[in-house]
Amino acid sequence: MKVLFSFLAVILLIVVATMGAFITNLHYVFGIIIPYIALAMFVGGFIYRVVKWGQSPVPFRIPTTIGQQKSLPWIKQNKIENPTSAFGVIVRMAMEVLFFRSLFRNTKTELREGQNGPELAYGSAKWLWLGSLFFHWSFLIIIVRHFRFFLDPIPFFVQALESVDGMLQIGLPAIYLTDAFILVAISFLLLRRFVVPQVRYISLPADFFPLFMIMSIAISGVLMRYFYKVDLVAVKQLAIGLATFQPVLPTEIGPMFFIHIFLVSILFAYFPTSKLMHMGGVFMSPTRNMISNNRMVRHINPWNPEVEVHTYEQYEDEYRVKMKKAGIPVEKE
Amino acid sequence: MAPKVKLPKPGELSQIDFKIPATDWMDTPVEFKPGTYCWGSKEKDLLTLGLPNPRQWSPADEDWKIPEGWESTILEGMAERLSKYRSFKIFMDICVRCGACADKCHFYIATGDPKNMPVLRAELIRSIYKKYFTKSGKFLGRLAGARELDMDVLKEWWSYFFQCTECRRCSVFCPYGIDQAEVTIIGRELLNLVGLNIDWISGPVANCYMKGNHLGLEPHAITGNIESMCDDIEDITGIRVNPTFNRKGAEIMFVTPSGDLLGEPGIQTCMGYLMLFHELGLDYTWSTYASEGGNFGFFTSNDMAKRLNYKIYAEAKRLGVKWILGGECGHMWRVLNQYMDTWHGPADFLDVPVSPITGTVFENAKSTKMIHISEFTADLIKHKKLNLDPSRNDHLKVTFHDSCNPSRGMGLLDEPREIIKAVCNNFYEMPENTIREKTFCCGAGSGLNASENMEQRMRGGFPRANAVKYVKEKHGVNMLANICAVDRAHFPALMDYWNPGVGVTGVTELVGNALVMKGEKERTTNLRFEDLPGKGGNE
Repeated sequence: MKVLFSFLAVILLIVVATMGAFITNLHYVFGIIIPYIALAMFVGGFIYRVVKWGQSPVPFRIPTTIGQQKSLPWIKQNKIENPTSAFGVIVRMAMEVLFFRSLFRNTKTELREGQNGPELAYGSAKWLWLGSLFFHWSFLIIIVRHFRFFLDPIPFFVQALESVDGMLQIGLPAIYLTDAFILVAISFLLLRRFVVPQVRYISLPADFFPLFMIMSIAISGVLMRYFYKVDLVAVKQLAIGLATFQPVLPTEIGPMFFIHIFLVSILFAYFPTSKLMHMGGVFMSPTRNMISNNRMVRHINPWNPEVEVHTYEQYEDEYRVKMKKAGIPVEKE
Repeated sequence: MAPKVKLPKPGELSQIDFKIPATDWMDTPVEFKPGTYCWGSKEKDLLTLGLPNPRQWSPADEDWKIPEGWESTILEGMAERLSKYRSFKIFMDICVRCGACADKCHFYIATGDPKNMPVLRAELIRSIYKKYFTKSGKFLGRLAGARELDMDVLKEWWSYFFQCTECRRCSVFCPYGIDQAEVTIIGRELLNLVGLNIDWISGPVANCYMKGNHLGLEPHAITGNIESMCDDIEDITGIRVNPTFNRKGAEIMFVTPSGDLLGEPGIQTCMGYLMLFHELGLDYTWSTYASEGGNFGFFTSNDMAKRLNYKIYAEAKRLGVKWILGGECGHMWRVLNQYMDTWHGPADFLDVPVSPITGTVFENAKSTKMIHISEFTADLIKHKKLNLDPSRNDHLKVTFHDSCNPSRGMGLLDEPREIIKAVCNNFYEMPENTIREKTFCCGAGSGLNASENMEQRMRGGFPRANAVKYVKEKHGVNMLANICAVDRAHFPALMDYWNPGVGVTGVTELVGNALVMKGEKERTTNLRFEDLPGKGGNE
């Protein structure tokens, strides 16, 4: 049901996109108006969410310490996973954001019957890490590759990336590695939500929907590049028009383009309202981005509340007789 | 009180059913099975503390006596905390439900109940957040993972936020660092707004607030207990130790969890402290007012934790000490390390801690002015200031349990190991995935160490116990060392249940046994009055 709903939602979007693609009168809407709206929603929404997060303070310094603290000089501190300097935090965050350090730790717990009763074993489990890494990096490279449509002349790094990505030089146009990787990786991420019972149980429609969306975007892109070819000169004309805010609508781009750009637009618009915001949130997670110098530098809580306390005077008043009898010094005799 | 429930045999408890329920989690009602949950908080304790909705109630009853309009109390409480804690807001927003946390939780591993996966435990509250605080949840409802707040949800929260020990193991594996402890802490704060806590937390909190410690030991009981420990030390070593209490002008104030003052093996750890400080000639004092290092307020609300924590700096200031030394305790050090200075600092009336024996300046505590006994002792050992005879611990094959909070809320990992290696000849590590920052909770942390939930405690401790079993079979380990009072209270039962024959000890007890004191008589027993290897009569 959860799957079906998300799947049908994406199918519906594809139908709408196809309609837009084949009705020439709608090309201006699908090629220019909707992308602009989507971009505005993406940028606006993203900023709004990050600002909202930023408005809530971080009252306590709560890094998760994943290694030896800094204490005695001869005990080796883990300067990255228990960082006491800004540099350590930067390295820690870079490892998280670029290489998914924490996910790399993943293990799989197994309960089995040993000779002397039950045994718990913790095996290595790197597939989720690998799948995620391939997915996210491919996605990033694909986005960067798309700069060639928006920039003229095409920057060197985009060209270089393209030639590395197409290094296999199979087919014409050459097959990009990332196209294959993203399809494989996203199939894996989708499949584990179907197959692993626990993951299936926790998955929501909001987990399937973005996967189906990104998959259809990738597939429409691949179809457009290799099978239902579009007029690339026209695409670039439109893209540069969009980028320079002087939109032009060339004729005869080809219908697959409109399907592709519509799905991308929907994903962009949907992004800030969804869990995809983990892209921004990962940078702001207090358990990872704080310096673990709790006992060295005082952290200030902007709303540090006044609380009712039980003072020593009250305590002594209650127990003075007993304290004196036990030989404990008191303030008032 | 409900009748005492029978604890299932280990063979039954280790039959864990990982099958997913047939119904969606939102349609699977919460069950209250005797033996798996704690008693509700008592009216008198909530009155003492001035907390909302004091009344007698039982989780087993249908009616929990929650005041009308509680829904808005909870929702307003959520709104307030969303605006006060960036952590809460971000953790509500960015989980992608990848499931990496699922089998990292000791309660999930040992119950197979999917709501014990950290991701679903968070989803219990996230679903309410979505319904009332996000547009997608408002309009799409269940499709967006949102649901209405009702009494069943509230009971479910109570059940599952008191099946989380705030150990942070999940947050080590989460790609965004989402910390279920943070979610549970806030979940429990919300529950407390309508008078829902457990007796094993609110009782100790009330004690601590009024009497200074969780056990409710009055001043003369504290001195009495410590005096009788001194008698035991004299019997064993021939040396009279003379600790002082509430003494003004001492250099150091010592604060330890009150669990060290009552019951074995806590008292032996405490004897270790007393012997060590005496041998060093340390100018220190105990306080009967700040007589608790732990902080069960932390399992109630941040305000409550702050109210209890107040005593430590206040007393240090009153006594005019230079710095503070803290004993072996788990969550105590999370609080001291990550909260105390923010709440009650700056401690500018104290000095940066300097070991009077070695001259080591503890720069790592230059703001809080409070150091851990393991840091202090490891420094002494490194500078060879202690005369140690590790052979007195030769009958022990020791392994070390990293307590959750010193590991993942501080990073105190190697200090206790250095000490153990200096005072014991036989030390064996448990498997890599179960120690240091990946350590498993004892299963009874965050106030869940009651007796009525014994079945759940034995389950929660199963992954830890299973790792101990591994080294027991492989190396013959017979002693589980730790630096936490809750460990010392809970592990004896856990070991008897899963690994009979494995004892439990604080690290400083091992130090006390190995410590050769100036002028001591030849020892024939250890601090438990058990014969020492090669020295006793019935070897």
